[in-house]
Amino acid sequence: MEIVEPTNVYAYKLITKKEYFAPGHRACQGCAEALAVRLVAKALGRNVIVASATGCMEIISSPMPFTSWRVPWIHVAFENAAAVATGAEAGMKVLMRKGRVPKKKITFLAMAGDGGTSDIGVQALSGALERGHDFIYICYDNEAYMNTGIQRSSSTPYGASTTTSPAGKLIPGQMTWKKNMPEIAAAHSIPYVATACPSYPIDLVEKVKKAAKIKGPAYIHMLSVCPTGWRLPPELSIKAGRLAVETGVFPLYEVDHGRYRFTGKIEKLRPVEEYLKIQGRFRHLSVEMIDTIQKRVVEEYEKLEKKVEMTEGD
Amino acid sequence: MGKRIGLEVSLSAAEAVKMANVDCIAAYPITPQTHIVEHLSELVNNGELDAEFIPVESEHSAMSVSAGVSAVGARAFTCTSSQGLSLMNEIVHIVASMRLPVVMILANRSMSGPISIWNDHTDVMSIRDCGWIQVFANNGQEVFDNVLFAYRVAESQNVMLPLIINIDGFILTHVIEPVEFWEKEQVEQYLPNFSPIHTLDPDKPVTMGGVGMPYVFSEAKVAQDEPLKQSKSVIITAWKELGDIVGRYYKPIETYRIEDAETLFVTQGSFGETVSLVVDALRDEGKSVGLVMDRLWRPFPFDEFREATSQAKNLIVIDRAISYGGQGGPLAIDIRSTLYKGENQPNITNFICGLAGRDVTIDDFKNIYHKAIEKVKKHPREEDFEYYGVRGK
Repeated sequence: MEIVEPTNVYAYKLITKKEYFAPGHRACQGCAEALAVRLVAKALGRNVIVASATGCMEIISSPMPFTSWRVPWIHVAFENAAAVATGAEAGMKVLMRKGRVPKKKITFLAMAGDGGTSDIGVQALSGALERGHDFIYICYDNEAYMNTGIQRSSSTPYGASTTTSPAGKLIPGQMTWKKNMPEIAAAHSIPYVATACPSYPIDLVEKVKKAAKIKGPAYIHMLSVCPTGWRLPPELSIKAGRLAVETGVFPLYEVDHGRYRFTGKIEKLRPVEEYLKIQGRFRHLSVEMIDTIQKRVVEEYEKLEKKVEMTEGD
Repeated sequence: MGKRIGLEVSLSAAEAVKMANVDCIAAYPITPQTHIVEHLSELVNNGELDAEFIPVESEHSAMSVSAGVSAVGARAFTCTSSQGLSLMNEIVHIVASMRLPVVMILANRSMSGPISIWNDHTDVMSIRDCGWIQVFANNGQEVFDNVLFAYRVAESQNVMLPLIINIDGFILTHVIEPVEFWEKEQVEQYLPNFSPIHTLDPDKPVTMGGVGMPYVFSEAKVAQDEPLKQSKSVIITAWKELGDIVGRYYKPIETYRIEDAETLFVTQGSFGETVSLVVDALRDEGKSVGLVMDRLWRPFPFDEFREATSQAKNLIVIDRAISYGGQGGPLAIDIRSTLYKGENQPNITNFICGLAGRDVTIDDFKNIYHKAIEKVKKHPREEDFEYYGVRGK
């Protein structure tokens, strides 16, 4: 396993100590999404404008008259983070062109949860990616509508019990497979797509920095463990993220100008059961269902390996 | 004086947007708004207007992009009609609460269903309470002038609210009218650069659009409604100064031959010009008739309306929209509440007509006048309303 590349062993020291996402926000204990937001903010620094969708991160960080944001931040609605961010980008571009604002590099960041991205926000996101604005979109994926009380989304994994896909006597939880948002983003042929997880902070920061450098749209899909919704103890958040990667459930990779590359290639995948068994939302799974998930994970991982092989450079 | 050109109203509206030097136009095509945005994209692509034309994938994104544009301190324009307005409805409300002075032309079209591309006011009435300043236009010149007026008012530090200019779809958008353009110097004199106090600026970070918990929500809403109410004085001043520069004076309530008139028509939008001809014709017949046109819809000019109707015995309110299950059209409902307990209590008859582009001719309005007088004689002060000219009733 070479998830932390040797040259990066001391790289965490290069991450700024400055906090742009201030402590004191109202996220749950062990919220890996808040951790990811904090790391992203560190990676991007002060010259950023953030457009946030409605969701956990918005309500925990902006109860008027307080704010956790030490960078300019705007929230308009649930499904339009991509549209608002690209409006800010376009507006700023004109203002700089006309000399009404001094020219400098500003990163435009849109952020939303999995519901705000893969369900209700997918149209605005697709439009923004297609139009080619210079911005980063980060989907903080905690695999359900956690803010409203753990309802299923199209990003909820197969088998998971949520409040609208409960593990019933007849139907044992979510019966559909997780929508593959990074692939949908990549299908727009944008310059950069990546997956990341705050359990791998250096990888996360590097990808965000890379996304900021690249001209044009970049999409990052961030697995964000939610102890509250996944029914696991807060102290297992980081471990759960690691297991998601090590079992192949959530592979870390990037698509840089169409070229697929693993950023954490797993030589031998750990059994998915190790990941599933620590989470209450999968408590009800039968052996057969676990087996079905295992097969699917391997299948998807192999598909990804093929994409990496096919697009490998010289 | 600017040059006078015969031009389709949509195109002259776009030319006015160009004169206002907007920074970004985010729009999605919908009939009958299309000619406005087509012309704007032409102006941008030909290098005649230095702006970003953002061809969004929906009206919801058109308004969302406009919010982002305005939040960084750039001048935003968008334009839509009926279904498009419905789709962006959510953001229309939020933009007002965030005090982002976006300007939108609404090429009024009826709300589906049945689906129809033609004109009435059911679209704008569906967002009556969205918190935007809302004006109606009678003709192409008014549209042109009011685009520049719109930015001047919306972006005023004491206002900072978005503004809708209603123009009747097809009836105005697609007709060719003589329009007098402004000189560049006149625009410069009238419309300052947009310079909001708070923008999304990394050097001065602010948080926009935070959560309003119950302990702060009501205060936030009152703080939004107050500037809307108070915008009336800014609006009146802006129209006055517009008149001083280009010689055309506009008022929240426009009147025509109301002196000693017993009966007054009340209209919004392009009906006004038709009814003014009806007033002339009826006056020639010796009838005591006049016309009151409501140009400013929100904030509603209560005092000006009461003043204009202070001598009237009868009001004939023409609505181009329905308030289902309500007591007449939206305009009549507002007017009844405006005059309730007023010093003058005229009889109010209400006719809903011209839905989805059905023509209402001079003869129709004469007919409406006679019907109204008849009704008042039989049942004075009855608060009913009538769908005019509907078959099978």
